[in-house]
Amino acid sequence: MDLFDILGPVMVGPSSSHTAGAARIGLITRLLLGTEPSQARIGLYGSFQKTYRGHGTDKALIGGLLGMAVDDERLRESLRYADEQGLRYSFYNADARGAHPNTVIMDVDSADGRHICVQAASIGGGEIEVQSINGLEAGFSGHENTLVITQKDTKGMIAQISSVLSASSLNIATMRVFRRSVGGEAMMVIEIDGEADKTLIDCLSAMPGIYHVAYVAARSKGV
Amino acid sequence: MQTIAEFLRNAAKYGDLGKAALRWQAKEEGCDESILMARMHDRLSVMRDSAKAGLSPTLRSVSGMVGGQAAKMFVPEEINRFGLLGKAGAYAMSIAEYNACMGKIVAAPTAGSCGILPGALLAAQEQDGFTDDDLVMALFTAAGIGRIIALQATISGAEGGCQAECGAAAAMAAAALVQLYGGTPEASTHASAFALMNMLGLVCDPVHGLVEVPCVYRNVGGVSQALSAAQMALSGVKSPIPCDEVILAMKDVGDALPASLRETGEGGCAACRSVCGKK
Repeated sequence: MDLFDILGPVMVGPSSSHTAGAARIGLITRLLLGTEPSQARIGLYGSFQKTYRGHGTDKALIGGLLGMAVDDERLRESLRYADEQGLRYSFYNADARGAHPNTVIMDVDSADGRHICVQAASIGGGEIEVQSINGLEAGFSGHENTLVITQKDTKGMIAQISSVLSASSLNIATMRVFRRSVGGEAMMVIEIDGEADKTLIDCLSAMPGIYHVAYVAARSKGV
Repeated sequence: MQTIAEFLRNAAKYGDLGKAALRWQAKEEGCDESILMARMHDRLSVMRDSAKAGLSPTLRSVSGMVGGQAAKMFVPEEINRFGLLGKAGAYAMSIAEYNACMGKIVAAPTAGSCGILPGALLAAQEQDGFTDDDLVMALFTAAGIGRIIALQATISGAEGGCQAECGAAAAMAAAALVQLYGGTPEASTHASAFALMNMLGLVCDPVHGLVEVPCVYRNVGGVSQALSAAQMALSGVKSPIPCDEVILAMKDVGDALPASLRETGEGGCAACRSVCGKK
């Protein structure tokens, strides 16, 4: 925790957990989808469900999905922007018993047929945790630059990916792998020191056995 | 820097609390102090913009409970009646209401308590002509105090009640005011101790769970607590309890609060008949 965590974030109100955290979750979901969202079905649980309207949690989630950051003043009007940009959305009461009281489940589709389901929680002060992606455990905060790679569970994949990162002079801070079944779909969550550029992401995406590469840039310092 | 005592030792080494905090942050990030000064100037300008924008009489929150009240306070006869407190209170209300209306603010240390520190500093600047650089250094002092409160206790209403949010904000503002008006680093920490001690036990009881009632009024109250605390410290009154101990007491009191008084919207003001929706 540093001094700009205390005098910050700079954010659109009224609540760091219910507004800023929600906008951040929306934005990260957009980055994980990797393209323009066209439809979103959003399940709210706990305190999110009870107080979302008064806190603008709905506007924040939709604004984030449209690419707005936590300090973007268009968040207030995000539902109008969604209508203009053709993002259809609906909210429902999610039953996520035992989950964090500020939990949201986002089912998001793009026009070109990509779908993603993200479960995340806003854990206070604008901090968030992405808990699962398409049912696979994720467990990252977005504090570090994070690569989320879905790939076929096959031998040598981890070695190949880490050698590509090392060739780009990127140090791996943490790396975790989750899989659905042996030889089935697997997901890798890699936090890196330094920035991943488009060349690297294209290079990873082109590797045999890799289905999708998403890149979640850390909340830039001081915002 | 983990404690107020350590913060004071660094202040003695580097000149004052603000400089000690700035140097700590520069070391932490491995960057030049001028970058951090610029970043804090940006924070200050967001604070100033929010103070002005919140004065609009037509502002309303989503629920309709608050908005437009700062405009009533920000008229000359009301501002002038109580001197510095008049303008500081009006700005605190303005920023807190702007936050409730989905305006852009700086959490200081939280969104719910965002009016207290800037309200106090902006009013002091307008009355007594401090420069923006003076205010930025006072913000570093405030952030240094707030960080220690967050480390040793909490700044979350859900954990510690409103004493952790508006109490921390008032303690930060009190120390910043003392520095602005030429008090010693020790006097700044006495001011923080007074502000926190006078707000000990304050519960977090938001009506309908929203950051509106009583939050915006608590921001105005928090400014008066900060000014009173700074007044005592600048006069040479010393807190018999060191600030570090008051911070720990705040944590203990927070731990002892029932859940109904920690941001659940179930007790206190939130349970009052005329607002809670129950007969």
